Amino acid sequence: MFQLLDIKGSINFLKHALPISILSAILVVGSLVSLATRGINWGLDFTGGTVVEMEFSKPANLETLRNSMTEPEVAGAVVQNFGSSRDVLVRLQVRDGVKSDDQVRIVMAEAKKLDADVTQKRVEFVGPQVGKELAEQGGLAVLVALICILIYVSFRFEWRLAAGSVAALAHDVIVTLGVFSVLQLEFDLTVLAGLLTVVGYSLNDTIVVFDRIRENFLKMRKGSPEEVVNTSITQTMSRTIITTGTTLITVVALFLKGGTLIHGFATALLLGIVVGTYSSIYVASYLAIRLGINREHMMPVEVEKEGADQPSIMP
Amino acid sequence: MLNKYPMWKNIMVVLVIAVGGFYALPNLFGEDHAVQVVATRGADVTATTQSNVTEALTAKGIGIKRSELENGQLLVRVANAEDQLTAKEAIADLLGDKYTVALNLAPATPEWLESVGGSPMKLGLDLRGGVHFLMEVDMSEAIRKMEEAKIADFRSQLREERIRYAGVHRTVRGIEIKFRDAETLSQAERFLKSRGNDMVFSDISSGDNVVLLAVMSEAYLKQIKEEALLQNITTIRNRVNELGVAEPVVQRQGAERIIVELPGVQDTARAKEILGATASIEFHMVDEKADVAAAANGRVPAGSELYQRREGGPVVLKKEVMLTGDHITGAQPSFDEYSRPQVAIQLDAKGGEIFSNVTKDNIGKPMATLFIEYKDSGERNPDGSVKMRKIEEVISVATIQARLGRNFVITGLTHSESQNLALLLRAGALIAPVSIVEERTIGPSLGAENIENGLQAMIWGMAVVLAFMLVYYRAFGVIANLALCANLIMVVGVMSMIPGAVLTLPGIAGMVLTVGMAVDGNVLIYERIREELRAGRSVQQAIHEGYGNALSTIADANITTFITALILFAVGTGAVKGFAVTLMIGIATSMFTAIVGTRAIVNALWGGKRVKKLSI
Repeated sequence: MFQLLDIKGSINFLKHALPISILSAILVVGSLVSLATRGINWGLDFTGGTVVEMEFSKPANLETLRNSMTEPEVAGAVVQNFGSSRDVLVRLQVRDGVKSDDQVRIVMAEAKKLDADVTQKRVEFVGPQVGKELAEQGGLAVLVALICILIYVSFRFEWRLAAGSVAALAHDVIVTLGVFSVLQLEFDLTVLAGLLTVVGYSLNDTIVVFDRIRENFLKMRKGSPEEVVNTSITQTMSRTIITTGTTLITVVALFLKGGTLIHGFATALLLGIVVGTYSSIYVASYLAIRLGINREHMMPVEVEKEGADQPSIMP
Repeated sequence: MLNKYPMWKNIMVVLVIAVGGFYALPNLFGEDHAVQVVATRGADVTATTQSNVTEALTAKGIGIKRSELENGQLLVRVANAEDQLTAKEAIADLLGDKYTVALNLAPATPEWLESVGGSPMKLGLDLRGGVHFLMEVDMSEAIRKMEEAKIADFRSQLREERIRYAGVHRTVRGIEIKFRDAETLSQAERFLKSRGNDMVFSDISSGDNVVLLAVMSEAYLKQIKEEALLQNITTIRNRVNELGVAEPVVQRQGAERIIVELPGVQDTARAKEILGATASIEFHMVDEKADVAAAANGRVPAGSELYQRREGGPVVLKKEVMLTGDHITGAQPSFDEYSRPQVAIQLDAKGGEIFSNVTKDNIGKPMATLFIEYKDSGERNPDGSVKMRKIEEVISVATIQARLGRNFVITGLTHSESQNLALLLRAGALIAPVSIVEERTIGPSLGAENIENGLQAMIWGMAVVLAFMLVYYRAFGVIANLALCANLIMVVGVMSMIPGAVLTLPGIAGMVLTVGMAVDGNVLIYERIREELRAGRSVQQAIHEGYGNALSTIADANITTFITALILFAVGTGAVKGFAVTLMIGIATSMFTAIVGTRAIVNALWGGKRVKKLSI
């Protein structure tokens, strides 16, 4: 059999934990600062407004189209390419006393002047009220997800590990948001979905490591908590690399081939998977150790479980 | 003996995958061009209609692939798009305007497959093109209407009970009823309270002002809102049917919003005009005693209100509504003997009774038809919702010549207005105006492009993952790959089976992601087996321990992901919900195939045998 990693014994991952976790802290603070100062480039789903996507028969001259947006209804329109040089996206803000239908009509009329064969591919209008509600709901969703996970992990594992895993998740969410803020990437509904998927994925990773930590605390009679954690991370390392690898491959396929509409989603996932893998080691496990996790915490509580004497239906 | 599955377990695995595969099958057959016939009011689609249609099409030389009559709607499948258009025209000519004839794409699932419930996945609007509206119901208008009805109730009830009141008015606080003295007030309060508990009464008298305040109870308000929403949904559903769209979706969202999805529709202007229009009519008696000139200067008698005639000039009408558009069951535009447009109206039994009584009592008196319409003013309320402008015009004042029954005509409209009013009345009036707060139009070419992109991503991601697993785990890689393929087929199968599941672009993304993450279960197991082998266990024991130890890890990891998917499903709308559904299904099926499915193969190949070396 051939092996990606052929490790004898265990790697001391935690040796560099302190400087690395300081780096993490800097990343989180940096992200928060960027979020506070630059904010997020909210997409149409959250701000409300109108988007018109059109396809020209030949590469479109964006500058001319942009300069033609002079009518008061469409002033300040954002004109950009969307995917190819023939596809153009025009974003319009909600304006009092102006109907989105009129905005669309003016935009299409100007586009027709440039190219008679231009076709309208997509029109979206979102009222400002709807957008605001969505942003609130989205934030709430992430929060609820984190709390539910905290409860589940506390119940299944131990509160120190639960705290570690939720800290890691919050870390991933904040850093991913931070990158979106620094690069001013557009944050739409699919990105929110991507972010929640990141929460799920990153947790998946953390749970696998924690599961091994719990097992090893019971198995390894000797050894400090640090050694147990190091061994556990080492043992799960090939799995982590392979799964992260296959998932990244599919996400890259989505990013390259999936089309412009899910670019944001794929971007959020790409970032989140990388950050999430790293954080399950250096944030989740390290925090659990700093919170003083040790062997006694892992001793199984002797409870007579219902059906424990029954044969399992799973293999 | 280690690693032997009992027969029933093997059978179960094969059965589950077979069922998944079977229900995934319909997706391979594509779609037929079809024409759909639905009856609107007063008509039925029957076997006779079916045979008439078949005859008419055969006469035109159009070959029918299949014709089905189900749930009161007829679906005729033809060979191609050209035949489809000709067939639509032929059927529309044959049946007239009591039926809606629409172009449709029907799944070309063979009958034997359909008879056991097989149908392909439903595609979201982002994949097949069309228009999506999110509409908001203006609840303040629904409440205003109910308050006005209550005022009329109070007046007549107090009069019947011979309790003298000085006036009943709507104010910002609620309905205020004025009395001469405190004693009458308490008498009235006792009486009104005994008549129902929709309203909460309180004495707000101060000094000489003896006033009883009536406010709607919380429960009643909630009920009004609920009813307004449900009635608007019904009305919009009727209007959508009038539009002639195949497979439309009209659904509530939350307490005040309605989702409307019209696949294949590109003319959004017309769709919006019909869906959002809140035209209705009311019949009022003209207040003959009122001085119109004085009223125009602001001195309107209590119980009456000043309106404008369409052709100009003021007119004073009694506030009490004799009849509303709710009782109208039919309305057709036509022309009178002077070629002026008119709308012939039919009422339901109750409306007919009311109208007959009203007209009997008022022969010789003038009655007015009030046309009410809400229009998007283009302005917005402080909270961002659309401000609606209410337009009320008196379209006709006619002297009641005789007792009218369930059929009569109204005049005073332009040609296009009579057409629209007839359509709107037929489809029922909206109890409260709606405004469009979200609109998405996706061209059909973009939909096809989205599917193409999603498939491309799927193929590329899948190819690389399959290749990697094969190289890295060899024989076990082949097994994992089989599981992965089975998993994908099962996701498609389950998506096709669940009636509410809709495939969207993010849904395809969810499937692609499932491909990447589904191997995790097998990777966890295989890495465990390798570890056990390295630790010197025998082959059989390594397999046994590998599967056993990985189980709780896989379960924990997947349950947590499932929680986030569930939350996504709960808060998400539209496309995000579609993503959450595929993700949840993917988690469930991948756990099954990775744990139980691969074990069955492993057991069958190596279980219970003397194996020296594993290909892993």
